[in-house]
Amino acid sequence: MKLSFSPEDEAFRREVADWLKENLRGEFEQLKFRGGPGDEHMFAEERQRWEQKLAEGGWTCVGWPKEHGGRGCSIEQQVIFHEEYARAGAPGRVGHIGEGLAGPTIIAFGSEAQQKKYLPGILAGTELWCQGYSEPGAGSDLANVKTRARFDEAKGKWILNGQKVWTSLAQESDYCFVIARTDPESKGHKGLGFFLVSMHQPGIEVRGIQQITGTSEFNEVFFDDAECDAEDIVGQPGDGWKVAMGLLGFERGVSTLGQQMQFQNELNEIVRIAKENGAAQNPAIRQRIAQAHTELKIMRYNSMRMLSGQSGSDGSLQKEALIYKLFWATWHRSLGELAMDVLGPESQILEAAPYELSRLQSMYLFVRSDTIYGGTNEIQRNIIAERGLGMPREPRPA
Amino acid sequence: MQFAFTEEQQMIRDTAEQFLAEVSTSEAIRSAMETELGYQPELWQRICGELYWQAIHIPEAYGGMGLGQVELAAMLEQMGRYLLCSPFFSTVCLGANALMVAGTEAQKEKYLPRICEGLTATLAYTGISAARGGGRWGADAVEAIAERDGDEFILNGTLRFVPDGASAELLIVAARAAGTSGEAGISLFVVPAESPGIERKLLPTMDQTRKQAEIVLSDLRLPADTLMGAEGDAWPQLQKILQLATVAQAAEQMGGAQQSLDLAVEYSKERAQFGRPIAGFQAIKHKAADMMTRTEVARSAVYYAACVAEEAVEGGELAGELGEAASIAKAYCSDAYFQNAGDALQIHGGVGFTWEYDVHLHLKRAKASEHFLGSGDYHRERVAQLLLD
Ligand SMILES: Cc1cc2nc3c(=O)[nH]c(=O)nc-3n(C[C@H](O)[C@H](O)[C@H](O)COP(=O)(O)OP(=O)(O)OC[C@H]3O[C@@H](n4cnc5c(N)ncnc54)[C@H](O)[C@@H]3O)c2cc1C
Repeated sequence: MKLSFSPEDEAFRREVADWLKENLRGEFEQLKFRGGPGDEHMFAEERQRWEQKLAEGGWTCVGWPKEHGGRGCSIEQQVIFHEEYARAGAPGRVGHIGEGLAGPTIIAFGSEAQQKKYLPGILAGTELWCQGYSEPGAGSDLANVKTRARFDEAKGKWILNGQKVWTSLAQESDYCFVIARTDPESKGHKGLGFFLVSMHQPGIEVRGIQQITGTSEFNEVFFDDAECDAEDIVGQPGDGWKVAMGLLGFERGVSTLGQQMQFQNELNEIVRIAKENGAAQNPAIRQRIAQAHTELKIMRYNSMRMLSGQSGSDGSLQKEALIYKLFWATWHRSLGELAMDVLGPESQILEAAPYELSRLQSMYLFVRSDTIYGGTNEIQRNIIAERGLGMPREPRPA
Repeated sequence: MQFAFTEEQQMIRDTAEQFLAEVSTSEAIRSAMETELGYQPELWQRICGELYWQAIHIPEAYGGMGLGQVELAAMLEQMGRYLLCSPFFSTVCLGANALMVAGTEAQKEKYLPRICEGLTATLAYTGISAARGGGRWGADAVEAIAERDGDEFILNGTLRFVPDGASAELLIVAARAAGTSGEAGISLFVVPAESPGIERKLLPTMDQTRKQAEIVLSDLRLPADTLMGAEGDAWPQLQKILQLATVAQAAEQMGGAQQSLDLAVEYSKERAQFGRPIAGFQAIKHKAADMMTRTEVARSAVYYAACVAEEAVEGGELAGELGEAASIAKAYCSDAYFQNAGDALQIHGGVGFTWEYDVHLHLKRAKASEHFLGSGDYHRERVAQLLLD
């Protein structure tokens, strides 16, 4: 075991930090610490320009292989990049779904034509993506999707009908990756396809859903004879589940350390307030702040373990990766509560009418979703018990 | 950065696991814990003679194996898991560490090779006031008085909660100059336990797998060459010894948390109710998932702290983090072990409440280890001081 980074990596760290210092100013100054959880709708245009600024410097998709236009950074360097990014207070990435999910999937499972067509827009920060998985009847039970894709021989296109829900940032997005049923007779995870669909077409309607914060980051997306080119299915009809599950593997991993640096920024803010308003003298609050700090530190060590270890050759997750989502989501949710309890009654007074929340207030509300999206805590516990401990699987209807 | 075991470390861990699974069985634990000594001398001799574990991190110059804190933690994890009844923790994590951190060259040359040969040792530093306020484990717990008398020292006082204090052959004793308080005036001494002026009394303990003693010093007369480190100025050294021991204790706790989980999962797969294994009930699955989460988080905390401890010993760049890393590990592991042991008991139902099943041994060790070197609350308050004061 060895904890320190190599001198080359430390040089890389300085390079990232210098670039950010040099560029995160002027028109971008106002974006510092913005666009995080609960704040994702803010400064959408300015943040997209920032995305392009990053692209000019070669700082988008740093972990993608060079042959696909990425920077080909090692795991250590990706970690460093994400840490420095968050440390500098650089804004939430509008392109994260494309860079972190759509792109890696297209690289792993897509055709050469799809790679040529879609990767450059993600790299340049000009094209944004959203994730079309959940439906009214398919939440935790994702395999229950009902949206249908039928191939129209005359048009030579796939025609999609159905409804997605909770689709984050659909209103800003240029493309959506969608799982839909290609075999209308099929059930469960068989007979699904994985589609790359343009959001700019008459067959698609996006309706914002007002959420707990009063804002609308997620949406309903209706597909009414929406079209998708014949070559824009990833893999074969029937491969959709395999591709979708492969993608879930990309959701964890190196960005976790950057996320933790954001958590650290939030905790620092809470500590600052606690010292200022005297909450830091309250023994119960002291315990909770220390607990939050303790667990955030360990979260980092856990990620270091996750990144140092090898996954099983069958793609199975290591134990520390299996527990990761449950741990951080639960931690973050209690950080929200802690923020309010440190603020005391002042936590209940808004910045302005009708419903303008401070950063910590919107964090507090938004973190309630951390234990829901990306597999709820209960689903995580099922997975840990079944895959990590070999306990019996949940009964499934025949 | 490589935060994973090397092949050699993995081998040490695996060897320890295999050996302990074989020798530290339920029957072996029980027959050892019922004795006053608290361990089977034959097993300790086997460990010292065949496996050489007691020498693991003692430098080669003193006859040891010269391995580091990570290897030590890997071994302690397995000892905590199999509840090994032995003087390993007191001898290696308290005694040997104390000599290595604070001993003079002459003391190291005299005692470390003997520890490598199987001499047992422990650290006695806490007075009765260690129990005040729910537990005090810092400098303020040092109560014994050391007075200089020409070339000699005269020690008086009562030391309590001393692990293996009644059986250890060598004592490292902390005492303070009369009239001093806090971090000032503290000295450390190394003394054979059978010296005149030392009276030792075994304290009956709820956790029978690790013995504790009260030691009364009555005009214990010590020559100057028993003094370790600087007279009256040994707190920084004692603090470091305690921090290393705290990491070691957390490593054992993490192993215990793992074993509590394993026992519970195994039992849940065997026990059927309502026509199916109770492992299939979601209430049980989710409890087990939480137990596994705690265990893995505890493991990350322990190995990070062990890496920091290694740097603290070797003088690496993270050396200054030792206090924080130790408190983080001990705070998390204390709570994780006790919760896991408690959940394991619940998952066992009625049999979990029996003397026959091993779950209660873990429940008891968990609480005992929590209240040695500071509970979760105690260490969180230390972290809070670093952050907030
Ligand atoms: C802020 C936010 C953003 C999102 N963004 C996207 C997005 O961009 N794209 C997208 O496709 N989806 C998105 N989602 C949807 C998210 O993935 C789903 O909400 C999630 O999978 C849960 O599904 P559900 O809401 O239908 O809840 P349900 O599945 O109905 O769950 C309701 C409750 O039942 C529990 N439950 C369900 N099944 C079980 C079981 N087997 N055992 C025990 N308990 C169970 C759940 O844990 C939960 O507590 C987003 C959600 C949120 C909150």
